[in-house]
Amino acid sequence: MIEIIQLLINGILLGSILALGAVGATMIFGVLRFAHFAHGDFMAIGAYFALTVVTVFNLPVLAALPVAMLLTGGLAILIDQVVYRRIRRVQPVILLIASFATALVLRSFIQMVWGSSNQVYQVGIQLPWRIGPFTLKPDHLLIFAAAAGLVLIVHLFLSRTRMGKAMRAMSDNMDLALVTGIPANRVIMWTWAIGGALAAAAGVFLGMDTRLHPVMGWTLLLPIFAATILGGIGRPYGAILGGLVIGCAMELSTLVIPGAYKPAVAFAIMVATLVFRPQGIIKGNA
Amino acid sequence: MDMAGLSAYAVFFLSLVGIYAIMALGLNMQWGMTGQFNIGIAGFFAVGAYTTAILTSAPAESRVGGFDLPFLVGLAGSVIACIPVAWLVGRITARLRTDYLAIATIGIAEIIRLFFVNESWLSNGTRGIPGIEKPFGLGNNGYLLIIIAFVALAWLLVEIARRSPWGRVLRAIRDNEPATAAAGKDIARFRLQAFITGSCLMALGGGLYAHFVGFVSPEAFRPLYGTFLVWVMLIAGGSGNNLGAMLGALVVWLIWSSTEMIAGLVPTALIGSESAFRVFLIGVLLQIILVSRPQGLLPEKRPPMPGEKR
Amino acid sequence: MSLMSAEALYAGYGGVDILRNLHLRVEADEIVVIIGPNGAGKSTAMKAMFGLVPIRSGAVSYRGETITNQPAERMVSRGIAYVPQEANVFPSLSVVENLELGAYVLRGPNGPRMERVFEIFPRLKERRHQQAGVMSGGERQMVAMGRALMVEPTLLMLDEPTAGLSPRLIDETFERIRGINQLGIGVLMVEQNARQALAAADRGYVLATGENRYEDTGPALLANPEVAEMFLGG
Ligand SMILES: Nc1ncnc2c1ncn2[C@@H]1O[C@H](COP(=O)(O)OP(=O)(O)OP(=O)(O)O)[C@@H](O)[C@H]1O
Ligand SMILES: [Mg+2]
Repeated sequence: MIEIIQLLINGILLGSILALGAVGATMIFGVLRFAHFAHGDFMAIGAYFALTVVTVFNLPVLAALPVAMLLTGGLAILIDQVVYRRIRRVQPVILLIASFATALVLRSFIQMVWGSSNQVYQVGIQLPWRIGPFTLKPDHLLIFAAAAGLVLIVHLFLSRTRMGKAMRAMSDNMDLALVTGIPANRVIMWTWAIGGALAAAAGVFLGMDTRLHPVMGWTLLLPIFAATILGGIGRPYGAILGGLVIGCAMELSTLVIPGAYKPAVAFAIMVATLVFRPQGIIKGNA
Repeated sequence: MDMAGLSAYAVFFLSLVGIYAIMALGLNMQWGMTGQFNIGIAGFFAVGAYTTAILTSAPAESRVGGFDLPFLVGLAGSVIACIPVAWLVGRITARLRTDYLAIATIGIAEIIRLFFVNESWLSNGTRGIPGIEKPFGLGNNGYLLIIIAFVALAWLLVEIARRSPWGRVLRAIRDNEPATAAAGKDIARFRLQAFITGSCLMALGGGLYAHFVGFVSPEAFRPLYGTFLVWVMLIAGGSGNNLGAMLGALVVWLIWSSTEMIAGLVPTALIGSESAFRVFLIGVLLQIILVSRPQGLLPEKRPPMPGEKR
Repeated sequence: MSLMSAEALYAGYGGVDILRNLHLRVEADEIVVIIGPNGAGKSTAMKAMFGLVPIRSGAVSYRGETITNQPAERMVSRGIAYVPQEANVFPSLSVVENLELGAYVLRGPNGPRMERVFEIFPRLKERRHQQAGVMSGGERQMVAMGRALMVEPTLLMLDEPTAGLSPRLIDETFERIRGINQLGIGVLMVEQNARQALAAADRGYVLATGENRYEDTGPALLANPEVAEMFLGG
């Protein structure tokens, strides 16, 4: 029982990170109609942006977080304007391949600038707190709190602001959004900005929890897509739920199968969703 | 480089072009002809490479196998082992839309990689399997001929398939699935057949590769080497066109190899890592191709439909 | 000066003209109805005028200004609102959110605008927090029309607003449209329920194969034996 609760704590931690990635991925999927394969690498580059801020200005990670989010959001807009925008009107699969190329370009860029070895934000070991039989690192609490805060901000943005509603509308029904006079290009740019910024946050949290590595994001891409599909394409609230479910399932699975196969668990849930309930647990617009 | 060095390099170069050409042909069968978006090429490549490695290498203590079987048996094993894997993948993903299939196939490739990393009893884990010999005591030169023979065979196979009524149905599915279904074709079956055939070609490429380098390890199957280059080749060459796929393999491998020279010219201090810089260049190149010429060097030429005038 | 007019339109999809030499005109305060067989190009005519289908030749003007091939955003800002034939609500958004988005191009508070829409469709006020996707067909049509009215249009373009509704709801819808028109909003609509639509309309057009066939006042078209035979089921 104790073990299960400990795993659930880890699962919610991983789930929060996945949720932040999945919210952006699902909005991009919903608004632009393609699976963005560079999303994991947005996470990674965001984490590295924060690393630079941390090392150059000697700031705590959480202070570097907004900078990393801003830079990654801007980078996402830039990539969209330079590459994706030009091929939006061609076949959607061309976009898919282009995003695959973006993933590699970003990853190799990271290797060129920051090197390929593991890095951490803070050297030295953080002493975990022992609460009864459970262990919890102070960083974990920070991650929970910051992730929850971001989710709340996203929720307020989506439910209260004109742009947030326009974004949901475009993901719901693109043609009607155009007919209504919603400016598609502006909404798309906002979508990239938010998707990129949230991915950066997920990457920073992942880096705080583990370490920084050029493929750190790519390895989470599959669970993120799984969360996206489970939650229903274009459904940000579904993506949050999906992220938590996938995170917990991955951690709990270590009770019965070797930990190395955690990604396979995410994959199995995803395939089961696609086969049995393709619209997701919350009905998506796939 | 002297003459001998140059020709040795040419042989090395062409061998890899040949192996990639086979995989590009396999991908063309899936994507170019049928419209199936497989980005799990690395997984099928790995199945092929490991199968022949296990079958043909010398017996080893630390793992199952090392059966010391002949080269051709190993390659046949590669292809045969791929069939159930591809069948399973194809069945699971049969009804998925393009983008979901893409996501599913990276998942499968990742799981195959995890399998070979973790199941040391079979794959020797991250240490990999060494000592995979070239057949008939051949050197690189002789082995190149074998590769060329397999490229010719693969090309013949896919070209016959493309012109056959079967290939026409595949294209019809790709271009207009509802109409094809309405014409009474069992779409799922045709798709599955094309998926398995294409995947087996990828496994064949993996098998040939294993004997070429003499060593397999999970490192060789990162998405880049297995998957990305093959996609660049097919898109650059012209998807749907088998000659284009092979031409793409040659051109892209040429570019890929020359990025090594470019990387050599730029001071390392500026680019950090040479291999990363090469990936960066090839990624940017693909973006440029996609933005400026999405139909590739040799666009698809369709064989006329029966009764259609050209 | 007409509110909106189309002169000699040639337009279609992918280089094939669906509309051939189409003429249409809506005066301010008028209800104008387009009828015609399936595939006649009625929806295409609406889309072309609204800038959604490229016009190859001819001109669309709005209050004397040429607006041919302008993006939808501009049309909406000018006061033209369009309700498509299908998929005309945002299903995962609530009624209120659907309405708010209708006024996306306008500045200023939405409250008064929304109150006016609720006056026309009281049912929407009752269900304002409902997701549009789970509402009945009739309610969805109300949301769609309400969304269009939010932009305070001078011209409302409706593509088959009564499709799939029960006879009672059809009557109600035409009643509403007349009410909207009495607020000084011009209405251009495509209708399958030709008889009732013509009865409600000031003028009507009959389209067939993308061309004008007949044009007259509502009652005159109703009385026209050829129109009656072809489109009103004898
Ligand atoms: N997006 C499109 N691409 C190509 N052709 C189209 C498209 N939409 C409609 N068409 C064709 O244009 C013609 C006119 O269609 P349109 O939808 O305007 O007819 P309609 O009069 O509105 O019919 P209905 O009463 O069924 O709504 C039809 O032949 C149709 O097949
Ligand atoms: Mg119509």
